[in-house]
Amino acid sequence: MTYAHDAGRRRFLKVFGTATGALVVGLPAMAWTPDELLGQNLISLNPYLRIEPDGTIVIGARDPEVGQGIRTAEARIIAEELDADWNKVTVAPLDLGVTDVGGEPHWTYGHQMASGSTSVPAAWNDLRTVGAAARELLRRAAAAHWSVDAASLRTVRGMVMASDGRKLGYGELAEAAAKLKPATNPPTPKPASRYTLIGQDAGDVDARDIVTGRQHFTMDEWLGDVLVAVIAHCPYPGGTLAHLDDTAALKLDGVKKVMTIPPPSPASPLGTQQLAAGVAVLARDTWAALQGIEKLDIRWNPGARAAEGDDALAQAAAAALQGQPTKAVRTDGDFAETAKHARHRFQAEYHMATVAHADMEPPNALVKVDSQRAVIVAPVQNPRATFDTVQRLTGLAPDKIEIKLPRAGGGFGRFLEADYVAEAVMLAKAAGKPVKLMWTRADAFAHDTFRPFSVHRLEACADRKNNLTGWTHRIASTSRLAGREPRSRGWLSEMHPDVLPAGLIDNLQYAWFSLDSALPRGSYRASSHAVNAFASECFIDEIAHGLKQDALKLRLALLGEPRKLPYRGHGGPVLDTGRLSWVLQLAADAIGWSKPHPHGHGFGMACHFTFGGYVAHAVEMSMEGSRLVIHNVVCAADLGRVVNPLGARAALVGATLDGFSTALRQRITIKNGSVVQRGFKDYPLATMAQMPHAVQVILVPSQENPGGAFDMGFPSAAPALANAIFAGTTVRVRQLPIWPELMRLL
Amino acid sequence: MPIGLANALAGCAARRLNIARTGLGEPDRLREYNRRMPQAPQTPPAKIIPEPIRKGIDVSINGKHFRHTGDPALPLLWYLRDVLRLTGCKYGCDDKSCGACSVLVDGKLKRACALTMTDLADKDVTTIEGLTKPDGALHPVQQAWIDEDAILCGYCQSGQIMAAVDLLTRKPKPSDADIDGIGNLCRCGSYPRIRRAIQRAAAAMHGKSK
Repeated sequence: MTYAHDAGRRRFLKVFGTATGALVVGLPAMAWTPDELLGQNLISLNPYLRIEPDGTIVIGARDPEVGQGIRTAEARIIAEELDADWNKVTVAPLDLGVTDVGGEPHWTYGHQMASGSTSVPAAWNDLRTVGAAARELLRRAAAAHWSVDAASLRTVRGMVMASDGRKLGYGELAEAAAKLKPATNPPTPKPASRYTLIGQDAGDVDARDIVTGRQHFTMDEWLGDVLVAVIAHCPYPGGTLAHLDDTAALKLDGVKKVMTIPPPSPASPLGTQQLAAGVAVLARDTWAALQGIEKLDIRWNPGARAAEGDDALAQAAAAALQGQPTKAVRTDGDFAETAKHARHRFQAEYHMATVAHADMEPPNALVKVDSQRAVIVAPVQNPRATFDTVQRLTGLAPDKIEIKLPRAGGGFGRFLEADYVAEAVMLAKAAGKPVKLMWTRADAFAHDTFRPFSVHRLEACADRKNNLTGWTHRIASTSRLAGREPRSRGWLSEMHPDVLPAGLIDNLQYAWFSLDSALPRGSYRASSHAVNAFASECFIDEIAHGLKQDALKLRLALLGEPRKLPYRGHGGPVLDTGRLSWVLQLAADAIGWSKPHPHGHGFGMACHFTFGGYVAHAVEMSMEGSRLVIHNVVCAADLGRVVNPLGARAALVGATLDGFSTALRQRITIKNGSVVQRGFKDYPLATMAQMPHAVQVILVPSQENPGGAFDMGFPSAAPALANAIFAGTTVRVRQLPIWPELMRLL
Repeated sequence: MPIGLANALAGCAARRLNIARTGLGEPDRLREYNRRMPQAPQTPPAKIIPEPIRKGIDVSINGKHFRHTGDPALPLLWYLRDVLRLTGCKYGCDDKSCGACSVLVDGKLKRACALTMTDLADKDVTTIEGLTKPDGALHPVQQAWIDEDAILCGYCQSGQIMAAVDLLTRKPKPSDADIDGIGNLCRCGSYPRIRRAIQRAAAAMHGKSK
């Protein structure tokens, strides 16, 4: 009944029928887990594909949806290979697929993660087979029915058609198809010339539920007999509880329990990552819990880092950059020697503030745990890491842990962490009841896993012909991975040795200097690419102005003839300079780079290669009084083949605005060892009025395999804006956030 | 929807009779009122046990009537989400800054986190769930959101839609500056599509009213 689909990774496709006559293509029997206590929204299916006798097609989407449109893209890939009628497709989220193989977890669905724009490339490799296998079975079932050769039959929009015009719907064939033995070799996916769905626009599959308010996020799910928990976290990283009087809180109507979150310890459930100390109020409903928190009489011990602050970090960075690097990331040629003889020399230093994720849905989790089973509902980007945490806390066998993956209200890296899930599990275990934990917005800011603070010192030199002959980029940062588990150490430096302009300039140095911080740090959209590209793309703009060269021409000259450079980081193994040149050229043309610029308008550009995607931004801005007006924005992207252009454009527009919003005004400040910001009033996300009315997206047609879309549009947006601001105001801002510094300098 | 005079009278009568305001339409309510009118008793009961009327705050949510008998300081946000389980209205912040909980109160845009149940006595609240007609027909703004795929993560969108409905009520043909006046936050950057969706909805609603 089964055949090896990817034997190397021990994954199998399975085909089976159901009592109702449905054809199911998916994975070997995990028990169906409808739980009466869970709402209809949480009943999810295990297999990838189910065809009902009435022709309804249910596609299970395996990767977590965090706003990147993955459920739509994955369903389109399967439906394309199936030749399904898209109007009959419904899409349901899959749980984390895990079975128990000798006590070890075995991941039945393969890739299940929203990180690094990897979901679509992985789906492209794995999921086309699912649809193609089902299509073959349906075709063979029809062939048997008509006693004709299967090769003579076509499949079109949910029907098998014979050459004489006879046709049978997939629903009619489902039962017979389910009884067929699948071919031993995986079927060949369609040629691209036959695509009818891939490459065409598709709206988000959850759109109707979202606009009617019916879409359930974790926050909207309930379990019977649940206690709502809100935690007062210690404001000092590494701090501990000094005093607690919960008498007043416990007197409140609806407050049931007050419990403490254990202080950080090396045996923390997150491995080496620590949980913040906290006091939880468990109550009948959210309002009671929120009031309970207000009535707690708590004092905290600040911990060892009471002196940590922004100024201290900046001083530490300056000192570190004078010394020896923690890691020499890349050294080509001899920069010092080259610089001595160079005609032109440039130097600049860029400061990037700590920033927070600020997902609209704050960390929260719904957890039911007993000695037999754990059910976890949470916004999760990395379900396996969440699983590890739950298993450490409960000791349950792998197949006794269910992780449900509702649509998440953002992610951007915050939900790669499992700290809030760990808290909910600990509380549920201790309380002996299901727990619905909600972090307040203030807590979400104070206890984010922040994008690290960093200082970038760049130097470059050029010869008499204005060719760049030397480049150094030295970064002092509070690495997001410092102190994490050893397996992450490879990326500790937060700098890819092959990131451009490596390979383009003969004498080049990349070096990283470690800074210490008590603040928890974590992944942020496009990870370190965002800040590193801000520094390097602003610096090259500075060099162009210094050399009195056109910034586009200098970039194109540097990229040179189209060729492939080795790229060992995520998105490799090669980087094609020609594809990056092309998106630069497209963005420049679309914004009118070489045409006369309106008086007072500044034009800027930037480009970056992120996770396999080539993106360039061009921005036209002006200052109207003290208001920044972004008149035009172009985002040109080569992401390989695009599964859903409407979704990819949404991701690129969103990334562009996110890039602007983060760079203009977002900053986490640290004072006396704790985070100052507690809400959107002191951490201002951009409003509609501050953002461009439109972003012109140009997608380069491509036959290359799809590369994902979510992160790629982020890194080049902010430097393009900063470069435009320089062109429009002659003020060079070398700081993130830009706005306060621009207002100071103007 | 504001309750008409006759309706209000019927409502008072119904309240006197301790008939829960259950969202019955006016004819239904009058019929119920008549049905429960005390008939002249044939034989007087031996003992009348008076049942006290539960005190509370009467509020209409999406055309249905409710009486809140709990904490009058309960914010509308938590009444909607935790009590009625109308979860389209979202928690997003602690300082009234994000707009994810936007609702209409007597037709005006409000933040559900900023109102207590006391503020809502005899008010009409419309949430995102109430925009959809009982037969499932979408409000033109909801339809425009789908047509423009103005989604991304989707968490803020019910609030954005309520803000757009309010804007189009006040300004059927909004300018870009009018649209800029919407202060609801979107973390994902869906603003350009929201702008297009509002313009599309305005065109659709304008076309219909002609």
